[in-house]
Amino acid sequence: MDGIHDLGGKHGFGPVDHVSGGEPALAWEMRMLHMVNAAFVAGLIGNVDQFRHAIERIDPVSYLNDGYYGRWLGGLETLLVEREVIRTSELNDRVEQLGGVVSRIASRPSALPDRVTYPPAGWHGQRSILAPPLYQPGQHVRALSHGPTGHTRLPQYARGREGVIVACHDGWVYPDTNAHGRGERPQHLYTVCFEGEELWGENAEAGVRVHLDLFEPYLEPAASARRKQDETE
Amino acid sequence: MTEPCDPELRARALEALLIGKGLITEAAIDDRITLFNQRVGPMNGARVVARAWADAEFKSELLRDATSAIAPYQFVGGQVDKLVVVENTPEVHNVVVCTLCSCYPWAVMGLPPKWYKDPAYRSRVVREPRKVLAEFGLMLSPDREVRVWDSSAEVRYMVLPMMPENLATADETTRIAAIHRDALIGVAEV
Repeated sequence: MDGIHDLGGKHGFGPVDHVSGGEPALAWEMRMLHMVNAAFVAGLIGNVDQFRHAIERIDPVSYLNDGYYGRWLGGLETLLVEREVIRTSELNDRVEQLGGVVSRIASRPSALPDRVTYPPAGWHGQRSILAPPLYQPGQHVRALSHGPTGHTRLPQYARGREGVIVACHDGWVYPDTNAHGRGERPQHLYTVCFEGEELWGENAEAGVRVHLDLFEPYLEPAASARRKQDETE
Repeated sequence: MTEPCDPELRARALEALLIGKGLITEAAIDDRITLFNQRVGPMNGARVVARAWADAEFKSELLRDATSAIAPYQFVGGQVDKLVVVENTPEVHNVVVCTLCSCYPWAVMGLPPKWYKDPAYRSRVVREPRKVLAEFGLMLSPDREVRVWDSSAEVRYMVLPMMPENLATADETTRIAAIHRDALIGVAEV
């Protein structure tokens, strides 16, 4: 989905604040981090792709305002409500018991949530695939220009751009299906190298290359490669 | 007057609710916090880098297959299904980001700093890395190539910084102490 999370290349966020404190995590943030881990271990919130997608779906204003662990709170609460582990109203009651006022809530549970009916096949995402990879290092590819409404790991800034395969990483769980309970459907994963000018045009900084790990369904042969193939045929 | 509902308060409420329902335990959270405090941090990555500086065979294995090369260390903390280590040279500087969320190799580098997860770094370092690195105080020569690694899947990246001359005769402990987190991300040199 073309959500607020897809930040690569966006303008307007100003200088990187690498001086102020609160890192790597405040006390409550550490508890938040490990609460999510405990929820995973207890089987309360499905798989990691579902969790990432839940974070992408939270209130976009909260996404920018609440910090990294505030986003985790929004993602966790979204999944817990969708899976009927908790109700928003009972969490609101707890907040009020602690002396808080419920105002903007980051979570955005769907009325018709995806149902994931299978457990994660393991903590690790690597899977063996029998089919050989379609692409090899050195091959020119183009990232698809589509923007699916669901979860994807193809950022907007690379869509429609051409790059070169620099590494093949064998098979991995496909986030685009796994996030929605449509199966792990492992896909070949590649590292693709894009020239700065290809991504950012004439304003690109000189001598910059950006590498992305992209799944096979995100890619097609580059136009130049397709032309060459046509000429051969 | 009551305080507005900030994420901290709501997180506390959620923890109390889940514990109250018997779905998670306080100990499960406390134990992981202790584990992370004791064993998960950039000192793990620093040990790997110091060894690579001293041992050419290990370095070559690390650059070829970092996942296998670090396996004997038995680092804990997760988020490293597959590790790729990229080497800084006089010709090439590497820097790591995750524009879509905040992927980071916890087991070798600990938890990421706040700025790594903030919109400013994630949005800008893919578009204008030289400018962003300059803000960190790292001025790169225009003829040094910048390679940005956007961790968009489950592969995690760590930078192998160059060893500065002043560490050439130092012992391993001194070197490990000098190798800091920001150099492993690639926003600084050692």
